[in-house]
Amino acid sequence: MVKEIERAGIPVVHMCTVVPISLTVGANRIVPTVAIPHPLGNPALAPQEEKQLRRRLVQRALVALQTEVEGQVVFEK
Amino acid sequence: MTRKIRVVHYLNQFFGQIGGEDKAGMRPMDKAGHVGPGMAFASALGDQAEIVGTVICGDTYFGENMETATAEVVDLIVKYEPDLVIAGPAFNAGRYGTACGAVCAAVAEKLQIPVVTGMYRENPGVDMFRKRIHIVETEGSAAGMRRAVPKMAKLALKLAKGEPTDSAADGYLTRGIRKNYFAEERGSARAVEMLVRKLGEQEFATEYPMPQFDRVDPNPAIRDMSKAKIALVTSGGIVPKGNPDHIESSSASKYGKYDLEGVDALTAESHQTAHGGYDPVYANESPDRVLPVDVMRDLEREGSIGELYRYYYATVGNGTSVANAKKYAAAIAKELVEAEVQGVILTST
Repeated sequence: MVKEIERAGIPVVHMCTVVPISLTVGANRIVPTVAIPHPLGNPALAPQEEKQLRRRLVQRALVALQTEVEGQVVFEK
Repeated sequence: MTRKIRVVHYLNQFFGQIGGEDKAGMRPMDKAGHVGPGMAFASALGDQAEIVGTVICGDTYFGENMETATAEVVDLIVKYEPDLVIAGPAFNAGRYGTACGAVCAAVAEKLQIPVVTGMYRENPGVDMFRKRIHIVETEGSAAGMRRAVPKMAKLALKLAKGEPTDSAADGYLTRGIRKNYFAEERGSARAVEMLVRKLGEQEFATEYPMPQFDRVDPNPAIRDMSKAKIALVTSGGIVPKGNPDHIESSSASKYGKYDLEGVDALTAESHQTAHGGYDPVYANESPDRVLPVDVMRDLEREGSIGELYRYYYATVGNGTSVANAKKYAAAIAKELVEAEVQGVILTST
């Protein structure tokens, strides 16, 4: 799915937990997430902290969209 | 009588008879003898081999901790001093296929013994590991178990005995290894023969299939995020409560487009997941954990992004064929282009 969106000319960031799959599929901008059943959350945290975590991950995705890349890049930080 | 070939079998929590998605977080464990589909393998392997142990690991645990999980599984396998390791088959289960491939590749490398797994051609584990291990091509679902087991067992025995194998005859996916042999006819004669068949619209088999690369170059970065319209798309199956479009929990036949007008956050009352390939408890409790609408609204209000596109798109990426996923995404992308969306965040589970 990421590839088709990229092919249409829109920059896309893939937020997912199993990064090797994303790399195999061919996503260019990748942000690793928390866990398969809750990529953008962590039920072990208090709601406010959980939202903070989600915010940091989404902000990282926005940074990825604002970063020029050649080929695949995993945005770890 | 010669010693029986010692086999260890790798299974996920489901085929290992531990439980469904609620047990997918389990760490690796081992059991003596065969478990679940191991029984069919035991009978297909016959007198020449014995399944001495089975190692079971949860798919989610494996997917989230690939390196540690691989090492833990290999440690459990080593205990049984195997001559051969069989994993799966994983059919079209992505996490399971990735796990089977990673376990086999690690065993082949560390123990230098033959390994065999089975997967559907589109399983992401295929492209990740086909060059390093033998992957028997299976059907897309466990309904193909009966046909997969004898093929895998036969190939496994051949490899264990050091007999020559052939991808077409033994039903495994080509590994990209070229073998030299003496052909009856010289190259030019074979080429002409092939061309004549092709022109006659008859079937012909190439001797050198071209590798298929399907890579898309990254688009330029977004210059001014504070003015950009950003859309959310997910393969994690987040849909309005009640799943109005009846998107299937696996092998989705469609995608949905849903309005976010006036929606500040997703809640257990407003949205849910339709995805059947992961434990839905956390996503149902708080769908923002998969589709971060709450945070996107905050960032929109604060001016970090220009605007969150009014609609989001969702499908279920669970056993969904690559052809369908491509088709849905192409249709979604077309609409996003028309709506002048400048960037997409795609979340996957």
